[in-house]
Amino acid sequence: MRRRELLSVLACERVGRYSLVRVERGGIDPGIPGQFFMLEAPGRLLPRPMSLCRAPEGELWFLVDEIGPGTRAICAARELHVFGPLGNGFDLTVERPLLVGGGIGIAPLPYVREFLPDTPAILGFRDETFVDAAALLPGAEVVVEPTLVTELLDPSLDVLACGPEPMLDAVRSLAPTAQLAWEAPMACGYGACYGCAVEIDGELKRLCVEGPVLRDAA
Amino acid sequence: MKLLNASGCLDALTAPEIANRLDAFVTKTITPLPRDGNPPVRIAEVEHGMLNAIGLANPGRERFLAQTLPRLRGALDVPIWVSVGGFSARDYAETCAALEDVEAIELNLSCPNVDEAPESAAEIVSACRAATTLPLYAKLSAAVADVAAVALAVQSAGADGLSLINTVRGMALDERTLKPVLARGSGGLSGPALKPIALHAIHACYRATGSPIVGMGGVWSGRDVVELVAAGASHVALGTVLFADPDAPTRVRAELVEECSRLAVAGVDDVFARAHEGAGIPA
Repeated sequence: MRRRELLSVLACERVGRYSLVRVERGGIDPGIPGQFFMLEAPGRLLPRPMSLCRAPEGELWFLVDEIGPGTRAICAARELHVFGPLGNGFDLTVERPLLVGGGIGIAPLPYVREFLPDTPAILGFRDETFVDAAALLPGAEVVVEPTLVTELLDPSLDVLACGPEPMLDAVRSLAPTAQLAWEAPMACGYGACYGCAVEIDGELKRLCVEGPVLRDAA
Repeated sequence: MKLLNASGCLDALTAPEIANRLDAFVTKTITPLPRDGNPPVRIAEVEHGMLNAIGLANPGRERFLAQTLPRLRGALDVPIWVSVGGFSARDYAETCAALEDVEAIELNLSCPNVDEAPESAAEIVSACRAATTLPLYAKLSAAVADVAAVALAVQSAGADGLSLINTVRGMALDERTLKPVLARGSGGLSGPALKPIALHAIHACYRATGSPIVGMGGVWSGRDVVELVAAGASHVALGTVLFADPDAPTRVRAELVEECSRLAVAGVDDVFARAHEGAGIPA
C-alpha cells in the first residue's frame, strides 16, 4: 500500500558518477522491483520519480544521477518526503531471468537480485567513468560504448531490462517478450498529472499507472 | 467554502481516496473527440511553479459518458463537476446537453486553442446556457487585458459562476542545451507563482460581477485558501499542490482551522470578500 512519509537521509554515497541515497525506511513498503517512489527534497516544488535500488533492513536505497536542480537537491537533502511504492514492477515468476541495464537504468536491478539471487546481468555504459556503478551487481558483464548490451544478449532468456529508450527499443526488437522498465518526467507519480505519457507503438500511455514496467512488447 | 481540485490535477479513478477528501471532484476537460494530447516532454519544474503542455488529453465525449462517468460515480462519494472543452460554441453546447446528474459544469474557456475575446467566451456560454439547466462555471484566463470585462460578458451570457484562474503561458529552457524543455515549446505555468495573479483576478471579477467564484492558482496552504476567499472566492480548488502532496486536501483543511483560529474567526467563510471592505480599494 502506497503512503507518503518524511524520512531521514542516512547517507549519500558516490558510486562512480552516480549517488546512492540511503533513506530510513519508516513505514514505507519497499514494494516489487521495478516499482518506483516519488522523492521530494525540501525547498523543491515537485518530487522526482526513482526506482528502488536496494532494500536492506530498515533502509531504502535509491541510485540517483544528478542531472539538474531537482536531483541535486535530493542528494543534498537531510530529509526527503518519500511516496510509494507506485506503478507496476517486474513479473518475477520467470524461469530463466536475465537482467539488462543501461546507464542509470541499472538502478532497479540490484533490488531484483534480492528476490532472484545470482541472476546474470549485462550492463552497458556510455564510457569508462560510469563503470564503477557496476559494483552494485557483482559478477555482471559490463560493456562500454561503442559495444552495446544487445551484442551479448541471449534472446531466449527472460529479459528484465531498464535503460534509455534506444536501448529498450533494441532489446525489444531482439526479445519481444522482454519486460521493459521505461522512464519519463513525472510531476505526481500516481496518475494525476498526465505528464509521463509516452508513445509506445502509436499509443500514449501514462507510465506511472500503466508502467513503468511494460510487458510483451507493450 | 467547498474545497475542490483544479481540473486536470487529479484522476479520481487512480486516486479515489484523495478525491473523496474533497467536497466535489472536477474532471479533466472533456472534448467532443478523443485527444492523445501533446508529445512528451509535457512537464517541467521551474522557479516557483511548473509548466505543463498536456494538451487536453481525454477519452472524448462518447467514451467519457459511456465509461468514465459511470466509473467515476462508482468510485466517488462526493459530487462531480464536469469540465467541458471544445473548439466551437457548438462543441461545448452539445457536451453540456448530454450531461445530467452532475453538480455543475465548468466551461474551460481558457485552453490555448480557444479564442479568449469576451465575445467568443460569451458566445460559448450563451450556447451552453441554452443547452442545459445545470450550474455553469466559466473558467477564464487571467492573461487578458481586462479579466473583469470577460467575467461581465460571460455573466451576461448566463454563467452562474466563474473559475479563476487557468494557467498562464510560459517557457523553460534546458540547463545544458538552452532549447525549450517542453516538446511543444511553451506550456501553462501553475503553482505558487500564480497566486498573486489569481488574487487579482478573483478580486477584480468579484467586484465586477458579484458571481460565485471557484478560486485557484498556487494554493499550497490553509493560509492561501484564506487569502483567495478574502479576495472574493466562494470556493477554492487545489491544483499543482496535489502532484507534490497527495495528502494536501487533509493538510490544507487542518491548516485552515489553525489559520482561522489565528485570525479569530469561526470559519473561513467569515473572511469572505474581506479584501473588499472599506472604501476606496481599487479593483
